[in-house]
Amino acid sequence: MGMTITEKILCEHTDLKEVHPGILINARVDIALGNDITAPIAIAAFKKAGGRNVFDRNKVVLVPDHFTPNKDIDSAEQCKVVREFARDQEITHYFEVGEAGIEHALLPEQGIVLSGDLVIGADSHTCTYGALGAFATGVGSTDLAAAMLTGEVWFRVPDTMKIVFQGKLGKWVSGKDLILHLIGTIGVDGARYKAMEFTGETVETLGMADRLTIANMVIEAGAKNGIFVPDEVTRDYVQMRAKRPYRFYTSDPDAMYADVLNIDVSSIEPQVAFPHLPSNVRGISQVGDVQIDQVIIGSCTNGRIEDLRIAAGILKSRKSASHVRLIIVPATREIYRMALKEGLMEIFIDANAVISPPSCGACLGGHMGVLANGEKAVATTNRNFIGRMGHPGSEVYLAGPAVAAASAVLGRIAGPEELIGNR
Amino acid sequence: MKFRGRAWKFGDNIDTDAIIPARYLTTSDPDTLAAHCMEDADPEFVKKIKRGDIIVAGENFGCGSSREHAPIAIKAAGISCVIAGSFARIFYRNAFNMGLPIFESADLWGKISDGQEIEVDGDRGNVTVIDNNIDPVCVQPIPPFMQELIEDGGLMKHLSKKRN
Repeated sequence: MGMTITEKILCEHTDLKEVHPGILINARVDIALGNDITAPIAIAAFKKAGGRNVFDRNKVVLVPDHFTPNKDIDSAEQCKVVREFARDQEITHYFEVGEAGIEHALLPEQGIVLSGDLVIGADSHTCTYGALGAFATGVGSTDLAAAMLTGEVWFRVPDTMKIVFQGKLGKWVSGKDLILHLIGTIGVDGARYKAMEFTGETVETLGMADRLTIANMVIEAGAKNGIFVPDEVTRDYVQMRAKRPYRFYTSDPDAMYADVLNIDVSSIEPQVAFPHLPSNVRGISQVGDVQIDQVIIGSCTNGRIEDLRIAAGILKSRKSASHVRLIIVPATREIYRMALKEGLMEIFIDANAVISPPSCGACLGGHMGVLANGEKAVATTNRNFIGRMGHPGSEVYLAGPAVAAASAVLGRIAGPEELIGNR
Repeated sequence: MKFRGRAWKFGDNIDTDAIIPARYLTTSDPDTLAAHCMEDADPEFVKKIKRGDIIVAGENFGCGSSREHAPIAIKAAGISCVIAGSFARIFYRNAFNMGLPIFESADLWGKISDGQEIEVDGDRGNVTVIDNNIDPVCVQPIPPFMQELIEDGGLMKHLSKKRN
């Protein structure tokens, strides 16, 4: 019986000849990731278990990105734990403020995660790297500790759900709209415990940024991982960044799928997820009049240069509404530099935006854009749970960069078409 | 494995931000986290629970982030076990890795009221509702590998045992 790409990558990281859904395996990891919130617990567990040296200092990656630049004394202490551990262990891929970025934008950009890898990260959005044709999944701190100790992690091989996107995307429709539409269709547990494999003619036309956005949010449907079979788009992205060998896997023609879902994308309009679940999705034409207080463009979901270009295209020669606070968060230093060189920063500043350093802070209500009671925000982030961005009485509306930018200008949730038409 | 306590009911899709809001993630101290357990789902939760009490929730409990602070907060608050219709994947892993017992039951939620005392028999795979005449309610038995993790006291102790 054939195997899916997910099963093949998992199998390749064991001593088994084949694996199938439901079996428990111990698999070797290529990259194990932690951040300033999750790594301190992992480091404590690692030390408590008698760990002296991590299994491979090139394969453990530590990125303080959540409450950085340190927002208070407690977060500074957590970062210090991570920093000292990284120094003691001579971790190759440790990123200090200044060279750092939001982990899930940084690792693909720097060629640290590659096609065919098995990646675990103590952060739920680790699933982002599936865009490269890697098996990548979020775990807790204790799993990270075990991986740092042994280089292995246990998995139950997941069933795979195949998502076939067909048709041509509308002018303002991006990867964010596709994944929001999908989560709205199957629900926040629609892919629970499963792998989601994205395929179809539309996928071939998607750039890497859109694929990263889609893979990033599969966790919002409960999935274990999301994955794209590598193609020329993948090759173009990976080969200029890789500093070690990588491998392209593909699914066998006779691989077994638990479900197959066909989605015609041609009728999808820009999507907005209303509070308080990512599945609470409406098309932009169905939004109604929702006045807003803040717009955030950034995060591991939509903080890449392609997202900033879309936002800048809409914000150029315009200003955010006087009652809207517009916050732009380039996800990494390189994205920040590119945005500067391309003149995007000037457009943002002229639009009365404030530009944040790369940080996860705003997305999870940590710092750099916390909401007060009753405030509403449009965000290009990934979660809109109660209290996600601040006060439990605040509201988060999830959207792509085009809707976020247009909403900032109009002061209410609105699509770019309303502002500049369908050109 | 037996647990007895009052059951506190929550709905579907209780996310990790509701279990322990991110604004408290500047620490991993169990007692500090416990003081804010379930705060954004029920601000009165930590005031009304007693040691040994049980969380009974609907589908997809623990969805959202990978923060282990969520099972840490629940365990440190004195909750003996969590029973839900289903669990989000990372929370499920984390609970076993931390040694927090969790059980799946499709039927229990609809058969009990908030604050009612229940007894969970993890070995037999059933829940008895105290002061009630209904038949014991089934919970899904824990898979053998997971049982081994809990018996060893969590993943790290399990690994230490295997290495020795």
